[in-house]
Amino acid sequence: MENTVNNNMIDTLITSNNVRTPLIVEDAILTFKDVCVSYAPGKNAIESVNAAVEKGKITAIMGPSGCGKSTLLRAVNRMHELYDYIKVTGEILLNDQDVLKMNAMEVRRNAGMVFQRPNPFPNMSIFDNVLAGYSLNGIKLPKAEREALVEQSLRNVVLWDEVKDLLNKKGSFLSGGQQQRLCIARAIALKPEVLLMDEPTSALDPIATNHIEELLLTLKKEFSIVIVTHNMSQAARISDNSMFMYMGELIEYDRTNTMFTNPACQKTEEYLTGRFG
Amino acid sequence: MKDLLFKKALFTASLLLLLIGAGMVYTLFDGALPAFDAFGFFKFIGSTAWDPHPDREAYGALPFIVGTLFTAFLALLIAIPFALPVALFTGVYYRGTKAAHIIGAIVDLLAGIPSIVYGLWGFYTLRPWIIESGFSTGGFGIFTSAVVLAIMIIPYASSLSAEFLSMVPNDLKEGAYSLGATRLDMIQQVVFPFAGSGIFASFILALGRALGETMAVTMLIGNTNNLPLSLTATGNTMASVIANQFGEADGLKLSALIAIAFLLFILTALINLAGKFIIKRFNQ
Ligand SMILES: Nc1ncnc2c1ncn2[C@@H]1O[C@H](COP(=O)(O)OP(=O)(O)OP(=O)(O)O)[C@@H](O)[C@H]1O
Ligand SMILES: [Mg+2]
Repeated sequence: MENTVNNNMIDTLITSNNVRTPLIVEDAILTFKDVCVSYAPGKNAIESVNAAVEKGKITAIMGPSGCGKSTLLRAVNRMHELYDYIKVTGEILLNDQDVLKMNAMEVRRNAGMVFQRPNPFPNMSIFDNVLAGYSLNGIKLPKAEREALVEQSLRNVVLWDEVKDLLNKKGSFLSGGQQQRLCIARAIALKPEVLLMDEPTSALDPIATNHIEELLLTLKKEFSIVIVTHNMSQAARISDNSMFMYMGELIEYDRTNTMFTNPACQKTEEYLTGRFG
Repeated sequence: MKDLLFKKALFTASLLLLLIGAGMVYTLFDGALPAFDAFGFFKFIGSTAWDPHPDREAYGALPFIVGTLFTAFLALLIAIPFALPVALFTGVYYRGTKAAHIIGAIVDLLAGIPSIVYGLWGFYTLRPWIIESGFSTGGFGIFTSAVVLAIMIIPYASSLSAEFLSMVPNDLKEGAYSLGATRLDMIQQVVFPFAGSGIFASFILALGRALGETMAVTMLIGNTNNLPLSLTATGNTMASVIANQFGEADGLKLSALIAIAFLLFILTALINLAGKFIIKRFNQ
């Protein structure tokens, strides 16, 4: 079943010579086609990435520091565009639309991002933080709808019980883990199709990390998730599919189970067994 | 041992500065006492009299207090619509670009020009324009002074505001963009609230400078002792009346001028305190 796909995707994946095990997915939320990103002319930080990200699943991106994980993730919601010197080429399809040809604001509403360091807006209350995506887009919701949305989003990230009496307080006094959950709530309140997470637990302690991991497993029913992680056991615990990147290239992409038990590339194996990284 | 000595030196220096400050306030107050004694503190503040005739000598500070506040706030009002866009240009929109550096350098240059130069420019360029436009006949007065004051304080307000604007963490800006915000929305809802109290502080500082500015205003305000109640009225500010009259003053008149200096000191201190208080409230 995993191998029934439309032909053109097989073509792109097979002709690409850098992914050794091109994972074929049936229902892709994101498709990378020859994606290159460069921070300086003539030098690519990401070299021709081809892959399809499965809908409704958690996809982990792993690899040693500096291999381009964040760079790839930030290409999806066009964060690179905020800086003139960064150039992105290729195609990134969200469902079947090329995000590079869409309106950037629309892309970002549909591809929520959670950053490495929690970044709630310090001037807004917890309530307003959850709804920031709406206010920042000039969307006004009726009061009842706003309240329902805040409650639902905070319940989704298992933060509701902790903050339900503090909704009008600023979010900055929350603990790091709570702040990160608030940021996830802020992202999912906009009901994006995919959640892009860049090492969302690296600033958190094990308990808070545990919370977030459990959370992601429930969230994947509603959102496709792409998560960059340095933490291999985390990838093993929560992800369905895994990408392994090395020096700007996607080296291996497979079912997480397969990759962890039987990696196809030597580099992957070396990384997973902790020989470098 | 060395550490202790260093600490003592720091402590002594701070104490000395404190003593100098306190000494200044004391001598000001001491010099002002005869005037306060003769007219009464609050009567002096509220009176519009300014008559050096020996038989009916009487002085009051009200026209100059009004002149000071009128010109300074008017200058601030004129400065804001110029200072804010410049700050946004250099601190947010074109932050880090060549254009921003050039504009920033020009603005800093403006801040370094001595006030006598602004005064001359106001006298020989702005004043004729104002006469020509038919706005006022003599070209001197509140409005002329406020325009020059505004030009003088724009660099302060904008360069400091730009600094606060550029201090907004990239994390927050990217956070806003990642939710689909346009640049304008991001600036309105994330950058301004974050930098708000800093921007406010910049304007308070600029206002403080306008309150005390002497040379340019003395050359442009008309140096009359009446209560200035319109944009075209001539008058004096607290600083300009002192600069203009202390050379030939003695006795009670000198004391009245020192009393005005004392009040100016209090006024600027109050404005700064109010600014700090509001900033504190902002930050909570
Ligand atoms: N803003 C930038 N300007 C120039 N080069 C950059 C920039 N950001 C990243 N790079 C370079 O691009 C490459 C990939 O960086 P990236 O941040 O994507 O790595 P990463 O896999 O996310 O690493 P880490 O695990 O440390 O976060 C690195 O060599 C890095 O030095
Ligand atoms: Mg990274």
